[in-house]
Amino acid sequence: MNRLDNIEQTQIRENIPAFQSGDTVKVHVRIQEGNKERLQIFEGVVIARKHGGARETMTVRKVSFGIGVERIFPVNATVIDHIDVVRRGKVRRAKLYYLRNLRGKAARIKELDTRNKDAAKAAKK
Amino acid sequence: MISGIIGRKVGMTQLFAEDGTVTPVTVIKAGPCVVVQTKSAAGNDGYNAVQLGLVEDKPIKLKNVSKPMLGHFEKTGGGVPPTRILKEIRLTSEPEASIGDQVKVDVFADGDKIEVVGKSKGKGFQGTIKRHKFHRGPESHGSMSVRAPGSIGQSAYPSRVIKGTRSSGHMGDARVTVRGLTVARVDVENNLILVRGAVPGANGSLVVVKKS
Repeated sequence: MNRLDNIEQTQIRENIPAFQSGDTVKVHVRIQEGNKERLQIFEGVVIARKHGGARETMTVRKVSFGIGVERIFPVNATVIDHIDVVRRGKVRRAKLYYLRNLRGKAARIKELDTRNKDAAKAAKK
Repeated sequence: MISGIIGRKVGMTQLFAEDGTVTPVTVIKAGPCVVVQTKSAAGNDGYNAVQLGLVEDKPIKLKNVSKPMLGHFEKTGGGVPPTRILKEIRLTSEPEASIGDQVKVDVFADGDKIEVVGKSKGKGFQGTIKRHKFHRGPESHGSMSVRAPGSIGQSAYPSRVIKGTRSSGHMGDARVTVRGLTVARVDVENNLILVRGAVPGANGSLVVVKKS
């Protein structure tokens, strides 16, 4: 797909932070209401990132009033204002579809310990 | 004005618009093409057309050009080096272009209505369900006609199958024209046309883009 890279590069957003499966993110989505625009936040766990380049998508899952809700966003979509990474998760696989069968305490994800990494980053600076 | 160009399908991707919409696009690397021959209704040919040659990044080696082709390109006065691919584009009026003229993607603009001619992907020998969108038979209660075509005609009269009855056979690998497509974007610098929607053929296959 190298021949498409040049075109896809023009479509890729720059203000999307690095995140992976297991991370909790806040996706700020632009919503048009009449002629007013507002931001809606969808906060949940990233359970999958699929495809690549400009066509990359992410699946964000949250449990809302006891009901599991999943939204699939194109990572580079213009409707996304920005993404905040709330929490890094410690997971052992890229696709966390097993979370769909778990609820409550069992569906928790351990937080990734980034203290050493953060310290190393700070020391470099 | 030449209203067509030869290209190769590169692949499909998406374009994100500012208002949030996503457009699926096919990227076609088209041209630059060179006019090899012009035909006019007033002349011997009896119809208006230009013959275009696709100028590729890697031109054909002279030793690989057949002698008849070499002779055809010599008729251009030696100005046009041989190309692998030649295609004719029909014109509605006398061709204004002369031999050696370049045709680039800038003959198209964003939003233009176009049609694309390509060669569809070969599917091999296929049954009637895939090839002609027949319905399938029942799958249970002892049915033995799951993917069978069903009745293919009458009985003692005419006691033969009517010619042209749709049946299983070879599918795909045929010339296909898709009309009513729209140009999403033109990249003159990189000789690219981005067409909204799908285009027949495999990635890398030859397509002709025409104004409709």
